[in-house]
Amino acid sequence: MADADYGKIAKDGFWDNNVALVQVLGLCPLLAVTSTATNGLGLGLATTLVLIASNVTVSLIRHVVRPEVRIPVFVLVIASFVTAVELAMNAFFYDLYKVLGIFIPLIVTNCSILGRAEAFASKNNVGRSLLDGLTMGVGFMLVLVVLGAMREIVGAGTLFSQASMMFGHSVDWLTTTVIEDYKGFLLASLPPGAFIGLGLLIALKNLIDQRTEQRQKQATLATKAKAAEAASA
Amino acid sequence: MPWKNMLIGALILGLFAVAGTGLVAMTQEGTAERIAENERQALLENLHQVVPEKLYNNDIYADAIEVTDPLLGSKQPLAVYRARMDGKPVAAVIASIAPEGYGGDIKLLVGIRYDGTLTGVRVLSHKETPGLGDRIEVERSDWILGFNGHSLDNPKPQQWKVKKDGGAFDQFTGATITPRAVVKEVYNTLRYYKEHREQLFARSSDEAEDDLDAADKAVDRGVTYEGIEVDEEAANENASREKK
Repeated sequence: MADADYGKIAKDGFWDNNVALVQVLGLCPLLAVTSTATNGLGLGLATTLVLIASNVTVSLIRHVVRPEVRIPVFVLVIASFVTAVELAMNAFFYDLYKVLGIFIPLIVTNCSILGRAEAFASKNNVGRSLLDGLTMGVGFMLVLVVLGAMREIVGAGTLFSQASMMFGHSVDWLTTTVIEDYKGFLLASLPPGAFIGLGLLIALKNLIDQRTEQRQKQATLATKAKAAEAASA
Repeated sequence: MPWKNMLIGALILGLFAVAGTGLVAMTQEGTAERIAENERQALLENLHQVVPEKLYNNDIYADAIEVTDPLLGSKQPLAVYRARMDGKPVAAVIASIAPEGYGGDIKLLVGIRYDGTLTGVRVLSHKETPGLGDRIEVERSDWILGFNGHSLDNPKPQQWKVKKDGGAFDQFTGATITPRAVVKEVYNTLRYYKEHREQLFARSSDEAEDDLDAADKAVDRGVTYEGIEVDEEAANENASREKK
């Protein structure tokens, strides 16, 4: 496998084919938990973990499973991993589990995981599937954190509040009050804020993509013009 | 050979079902004890918040009974934990429910000293509006601490209301219904306590023959009251668990 290939997988996951911004999958947990950056980070980590585990497993068994039963088998694999992650989290990261609560089991219904299993892992080798799971998961997590941060700053004027619930008091420095004595803007904390925020993020991504495309076009035009000048001269 | 293909497909699916169930069963086996201990700790932590640890020396978690009374806001049996010092009753913690919250039930933990003054009130779970009604959580504002030291006659019964209704307790800007519901239920819990105090402390926790049953129920309660729910859906999930 060429390096460029791995590069493309990574770029797809982070940007070109981002789960939340381009595929627009997994919106239920995305919209529900992003009221703070900390919640977004927690769910993002759990989702990434499941995505990697399920991608690797599906890739390993891709030659064994018959096409007729592949979807139920994938669902079984994903559901088992999610349940195991939920139990482990409940046992070892009890505070984090309390914060994320219902959204851990809901990872099963995040269609991006089944989507990656079906569209990528069932057709690619283990290394590529692992990278795909990792980058898709991290790409999803980044959107969760950014959206959570946006809503938290606008809604409550803080950033990474209650981070210690997740990682202990060693990360207290992470919690910052961005706007002092902020009265709060309720809309941002409520579900409509999530829709508006996600819409803005998608718009921003499209804007950036358009700009880069235009710049590339101009660059090629410029080189062409130069070439023409050189030819005529 | 459709038969053969179907059979192989079914076998593969069955195999993965067994493997998946096995994985979950193993994780469950390995974590069950820790999870139960976590839940016990979480409930104990809540109990310690409403009744200071230094006031008593019994195992408050085990010294629990279940009571049912309309004053406590629910038709379901609710837990009462008894704190004792050298066998003498010191305080009771009643897990009552304020049914008139803006988003439905607000689960409370009300700590009452033997003489009837409040040692502390905490919200275990609620479905109030984030940013408005959720200021009843101690993590978000210290409003709930305002109950400490009050009792049935302090303030006077007609003063057991939010200020907007002519009472002694603050409401929040933008949210009156939530504090109103909490104030009312704390008052009702105090009334219940006054009427039933002696019974509450006299009843033995190892009630009659179903010794083990009671212990099981205590564990179940731990599952239900596992701390403050941040999300509405988490609270819903709790509610549905209870119904089961």
